[in-house]
Amino acid sequence: MRAFLLALLMLLPGLAMAEEVVLGLSSDQVAITTSFDGSEILIFGAVKRERPIPAGEPLEVVITVAGPSRPVMVRRKDRWFGIWVNTDAVEVDRAPSFYAVATTAPMNEVLSNTEDLRHRITIDRAIRSVGAPDSVKDSASFTAAIIRIRRDNGLYQMLEGQVALDQQTLFRTAIRMPANLTEGDYITRIYLTRGGQVVSSYQTSIDVRKVGLERWLFGMSREQPMLYGLMSLAIAIAAGWGASAAFRLLRN
Amino acid sequence: MQIYLPIAEVSVNAFLLLGLGGMVGILSGMFGVGGGFLMTPLLFFIGIPPAVAVATEANQIVASSFSGVLAHFRRKTVDLKMGTVLLVGGLVGAALGVVVFNYLKSIGQVDLLVRLCYVVFLGVVGALMFVESLNAIRKSRKPGGAPVARRQRTWVHVLPFKMRFRTSGLYISVIPPLVVGVLVGILAAIMGVGGGFIMVPAMIYILGMPTKVVVGTSLFQIIFVTAFTTMLHATTNYTVDIVLAVLLLVGGVVGAQIGTVIGVRMKAEQLRILLALMVLAVCGKLALDLLLQPGELYSLGAPGGH
Repeated sequence: MRAFLLALLMLLPGLAMAEEVVLGLSSDQVAITTSFDGSEILIFGAVKRERPIPAGEPLEVVITVAGPSRPVMVRRKDRWFGIWVNTDAVEVDRAPSFYAVATTAPMNEVLSNTEDLRHRITIDRAIRSVGAPDSVKDSASFTAAIIRIRRDNGLYQMLEGQVALDQQTLFRTAIRMPANLTEGDYITRIYLTRGGQVVSSYQTSIDVRKVGLERWLFGMSREQPMLYGLMSLAIAIAAGWGASAAFRLLRN
Repeated sequence: MQIYLPIAEVSVNAFLLLGLGGMVGILSGMFGVGGGFLMTPLLFFIGIPPAVAVATEANQIVASSFSGVLAHFRRKTVDLKMGTVLLVGGLVGAALGVVVFNYLKSIGQVDLLVRLCYVVFLGVVGALMFVESLNAIRKSRKPGGAPVARRQRTWVHVLPFKMRFRTSGLYISVIPPLVVGVLVGILAAIMGVGGGFIMVPAMIYILGMPTKVVVGTSLFQIIFVTAFTTMLHATTNYTVDIVLAVLLLVGGVVGAQIGTVIGVRMKAEQLRILLALMVLAVCGKLALDLLLQPGELYSLGAPGGH
C-alpha cells in the first residue's frame, strides 16, 4: 500500500512533466549579410526526466521550424485562344514563408492525425486556406501548388528520419535554410511523442534579420524612398560618367 | 561569389550579374537601345522578382545610357532640340503608362499584357527593320544601282507647328516627335524598358532622321524618362535594388563603351539588321513561352493585385 502511494505521488507531478526538453541551437540568430548564401542551423537538445525511461512505446522527436506566415495569391494558367493565361486565382490566407519538419521516424509512426491537427505540425496543416471563389472547384490543388513550388525552392522541407536520437535522451538535427529567406522570427518547435501522442513540447525562435549595409539600404528604401531613389540615380549616373571618363583616358 | 540583394531578397552570383550587364551594355552602345527589353526578361529568368527587375532595370538604363550619351555628345551626334521634344512627350507618356499599368494590375492581367506587348511590338518592329535593312543592303550591292531616295515628302511634312532641327537636317512639325515620345513613354512604363527599340525605328522611319543622330538622341531621351520611372518606382513600390543596379551597371557602362566603338565602325544597314535579328529572337522566345504549355501551371504572388 505504501509502495503504491509512493508510486502515485511520484507519478502525479510526473504526468505533467514526465519528460521535458532542454534545447540548444547552434545560433539563435541568422544574420543576412551581403554575402549571405543560406545558413545551416543545428538544433540539438536533451530530454530531461526525473525517473527512468518509461517502458512501452519508444520516444520520438518532431522538430519544426516555421518562417513568418503571409497571405499568398496562387494563380493558375489555362489555355485561352492558344496562349497560356492566368485564369483562376485563390488567395491562401496564411502560408509560412519557410517550413521544415524533421522527425526521428516516418511521420505516420511518430504522430497521430489528431495530434497533427491540434498542433499543426505537417506542412499541409501549417497552411490555411479559407474560402476559394465559387468559380474554383478544386481549391485543394492550389494549396498543393504552394507546397510543390516552395518545396522545389528548398523553402518547404520534409525531413523524415533526419533527427538523430541517442538513448531516447539526446537528439539533434540540422536544418538548411536557403538564401531567399523572409525576415522575421522563425518559430522552432520541438515535440516529444510516444505512440503518436505528444507528451511534451518546447518552443523558441530564431531571429532572421538583415544586418549592416543590407539593413541600412532596406531601411532607407522604406523610410526615405525619395532620398533612396535620388541616391540610386546619383550612384548610377556617377558610375556611368566615371566609366565613360576612364575609358576615354584609356584610349588616349 | 554569391551576393545577397537587399531589396530583391535573393542571393545571386555577382559575376553572372556583371556578365549580363556587360553583354547588354555592348548592345546598348551599339544600337542606342537601353537594352531593357533584353535585360528585364533575363532578370526574371535568373529569379529576380519581376517588380524589382522592372524598377531596377530603369535605374540601370540611366547609367548605361549616360555613359553612352557622353560618347555621342563628343561626336556631336545628339540632336538636343529633337531630344527635348521627344522627352516632353516621353514624360507625359510615362505618367500615362503608370496609370495604365495600375489599371491592368487591378484587373489582374498585368503579366499577360506586358508579355503580349513585348511579342507584338518586338515582332512588328523586328520584322519591319529586318525587311527594310535587307532591301537596303541588296540595293547597295547592285552595281550601278540608283542611290536610295531617303527623304520623301510624307504626311509628317504637311502637319502644322513646323520646327527646324538643324542637327538632324529636318524641318518638320513637332507633332510627330511629340506623339512618338508619348507612345514610347507609355510603353516604357508598362514594359519596364527604356523604349529605344521602338523609338530608334520610329525616328528613322517616321521622322526620317539620319541613323547616326538617332542613337545619341534616343539615349538622351531615355536617360530622363527612365530616371523619372526610377523615382516613381522607388517612391511608390520600393522596388529599386541599388546593389543589383550597381552590379549591372558596372558591367553595363564598360560594355556600352565597347559597344559605341563597335557601332561607329559598322555600317548602318548591318547595325540595323543585327538589331532586327536580336529583337526577333527575344520576340520568338517570349511568344514560345506564351504558346507552349508551361512546366508549372501555378504561380505564387503577393495578394493585393486582384
